[in-house]
Amino acid sequence: MTAFRLIEIKEDIRADNSRLAAAIREQLRGKKIMLINLMSSPGSGKTSLIMRTLEGLKGSINLGVIEADIDSAVDAEKIAAVGAPVVQLRTGGFCHLDAAMVNRGLDALPETGLDLIIIENIGNLVCPAEFDTGAHKNAMILSVPEGDDKPLKYPLMFTVCDLLLVNKIDYLSLGDFDMNSLRERVLNLNPRMTIFEISCKTGAGLEAWINWLKKEIAAFRKGR
Amino acid sequence: MHEMAVTESILKIVLNHAEMNKAEKVITIYLQIGGLSGLEGEWLQRYFDYLSKGTIAGGAKLKIEKTPLMVKCGTCPGAYEVRLEQTGNLACPDCGGNNGTLLSGREYTVKTMEVQ
Repeated sequence: MTAFRLIEIKEDIRADNSRLAAAIREQLRGKKIMLINLMSSPGSGKTSLIMRTLEGLKGSINLGVIEADIDSAVDAEKIAAVGAPVVQLRTGGFCHLDAAMVNRGLDALPETGLDLIIIENIGNLVCPAEFDTGAHKNAMILSVPEGDDKPLKYPLMFTVCDLLLVNKIDYLSLGDFDMNSLRERVLNLNPRMTIFEISCKTGAGLEAWINWLKKEIAAFRKGR
Repeated sequence: MHEMAVTESILKIVLNHAEMNKAEKVITIYLQIGGLSGLEGEWLQRYFDYLSKGTIAGGAKLKIEKTPLMVKCGTCPGAYEVRLEQTGNLACPDCGGNNGTLLSGREYTVKTMEVQ
């Protein structure tokens, strides 16, 4: 008869990912390229925000984009059409990006001359929050039609982000979205969250986001 | 469905340690998963059964211990447990301070395993 044995392991399941993410962050810091991981539900305006951001940064900051989609290249085509460097990652059913996938995207992106890279993560408020991508900042979009209760349903996402963009504020008059409740719920989870109210359709509030981005990039270059 | 990615990592760690310890069969795997994670035990087991088929960890049971979400207050000397699904609030129940640091709740650890 074989005896049962208990083996001590104590190993972090995400250790490989965390190590690679830290290496990506460090490497890009050396090249003075800031990496932002943009997360949200499907249809909340990630691609629209990136298009608006390309427009707003034109002539001052060179932006590259890593697009992730389960199985299409629609978003990447839109971005390539305006002449920005973009890489399409097809995740083939995977619900999130991890550091290894981002690393492949970075390898395929022409890094020379870039100041900023935005990762458009898979549209999903659950899984992407669990995995460190190597980004220097995590940003998320919540669009008004999704409702002001989302921080209660997806607390981890609101906890891991540095920045929240509340998009589609042009829809505010059409429903019962309560901006004050949203702010309170978000700050209850994450008092350090920076919040901007925007509309990618009308352009409202976008100047504040672009100015914040320019300031962050300037600080990043100085090593802060 | 990040359970799939997580399960692959668990299996890799388990097989690695089984080999190091010259185990013939893995019986039970004890995991510690933080309360902030949305991982679902039943799904995790199904993925594990699928991925571990044909390995010495095939048929092993996953036992999950959920670690509570604990916060050390940054304003008062207290530490407290948060039940996010009930309160949606990370602030300190004693002083209202919301500048705490997470003590536990984000664990994703393979703790121990029982082998033959």
